[in-house]
Amino acid sequence: MSGVHRLLRQKGRLRGSPGVVARLAAPPGPGDPTALFSFDGIQVVRAGRQVLDIDHATIPLRGATGIVGPSGAGKSTLLRLCNRLESPSAGIVRFRNGDLAATDPLQHRRDVAMVFQHPVALPGTVADNLREADPTLDDAAVEVGLAAVGLPADVATRVADELSGGERQRVSLARSMATRPHVLLLDEATSALDATSAGRIETLVGTLAASGIIPIWVSHDIEQVRRVAEHVLVIIDGRVAQAGPVDQVLAGPRPDVRRFIEGTMS
Amino acid sequence: MSTSSIGLGGVAASLVLIVVAIVLSLRNRLGLERTIAWATFRAFVQLAVIGAALGLVLSPNASLLWSYLWVVAMIVVGGATVANRAKEVPGLFWLAILALTVAEGVSLAVVFGLGIFPLESRTIVPTAGLLLGNAISSTVLAARRSVTELREHRAQIEVRLSLGQAGPDAVRPHVREALRTAVTPQIEQTKIVGLVALPGAMTGLLLAGVKPLAAVEVQSAVMFLILGSVVITSVVVGQGVAHRLLTPEHQLDATLGS
Repeated sequence: MSGVHRLLRQKGRLRGSPGVVARLAAPPGPGDPTALFSFDGIQVVRAGRQVLDIDHATIPLRGATGIVGPSGAGKSTLLRLCNRLESPSAGIVRFRNGDLAATDPLQHRRDVAMVFQHPVALPGTVADNLREADPTLDDAAVEVGLAAVGLPADVATRVADELSGGERQRVSLARSMATRPHVLLLDEATSALDATSAGRIETLVGTLAASGIIPIWVSHDIEQVRRVAEHVLVIIDGRVAQAGPVDQVLAGPRPDVRRFIEGTMS
Repeated sequence: MSTSSIGLGGVAASLVLIVVAIVLSLRNRLGLERTIAWATFRAFVQLAVIGAALGLVLSPNASLLWSYLWVVAMIVVGGATVANRAKEVPGLFWLAILALTVAEGVSLAVVFGLGIFPLESRTIVPTAGLLLGNAISSTVLAARRSVTELREHRAQIEVRLSLGQAGPDAVRPHVREALRTAVTPQIEQTKIVGLVALPGAMTGLLLAGVKPLAAVEVQSAVMFLILGSVVITSVVVGQGVAHRLLTPEHQLDATLGS
């Protein structure tokens, strides 16, 4: 039995009933009250290469979204548009129906935090790392932040760069959460980790999601998206190949999406 | 001040050393004979042309305006040299011009404003040239190191940006590192001056017959000016490169690569 068929038989994970998240043929424009992010007429060109070409897509306001696709498809670029680490060459990104280009990028990034693929330790101790996000944190606040990612208080005084990869990624998560964001972007945040550490990050983010934080996962792993997300955007060759609730997409994948899924499961 | 001249005969005699170099190159099959001969010839012609032009600019009845024009020309050539030596740094020509102009402006203002040297053609042009010549390598180094530091630490910078830090704050530790690297050679040079090698200005003065203590005074002033201008150009170029590689939206420029 192929992985697709196994996946297609697993249903009933959806909570709530969000509609189709990305209506490829829908007219672009503001005013979608169910959208956290919407992308209209997005073109991203880097060094003469078209990285993204999205007519219209949305990331829903409720529930975790997974952005999945082969490597080099443009998933990370799409995620980076969400916190303005990159800007589109053309088109409009909207956040809660407001044009993102008109917002203060620094304020926005504190509200829409990011965890990167490779756990980056900034110089100094773990506490120093958390204070890069918020210099006013006292020792007690650092302790609370670390506890939220399952790290003991005595980690605070250790040199961040000397921690294991999994621990560093948890510190990264704590550091990102120190700006008190409402949205958490995860750019292949577990792909550089061993299975145990990856599972721990997934669990931690699940806990954050339960407390009201909206996670957006970029992953090349459809299985992970199935575990952590309710909605999915499948990006292939810079375009949204298919989008919707995870179960719906897995139940009726378009041919290129089916090929991608089978490729990752084999 | 006593002066001395070695005359064309002296120059010709010093060619003996070039002949020695060429013979050594031939015997050891270094294949450098032509290059050595060409470099020697080129240096002589360049200096002869410069000497003739300087003769006009520095003549006592020439207007000071010519000296200032000379300085401007040196800055332009300096900017082109810097841009050419660090081609990977975008827009470096104008940035180098800016940095060299600021350094020259500040240095010359100090030198002549405080009366360290009298404001004359014969002091303006050599002082400006000395500062420029020494500032160029540190300017190149500052530009290159700034780009390299930012490229190598892209991940750290983007983490800081993603935490809501402003672009200049996010790159500051790395620009600082680049600037330290760029000015350290000149600081080291200043520390050991006279111990290992006699610096150029002092050597020239001693050869020209100036008393050692007087030569030391001039050399000290020159060293301090060089160190000052090196730090000024490096800071201007380092900050300029960082500014150029950050977008108004506090992003790292996509052309920086990774």
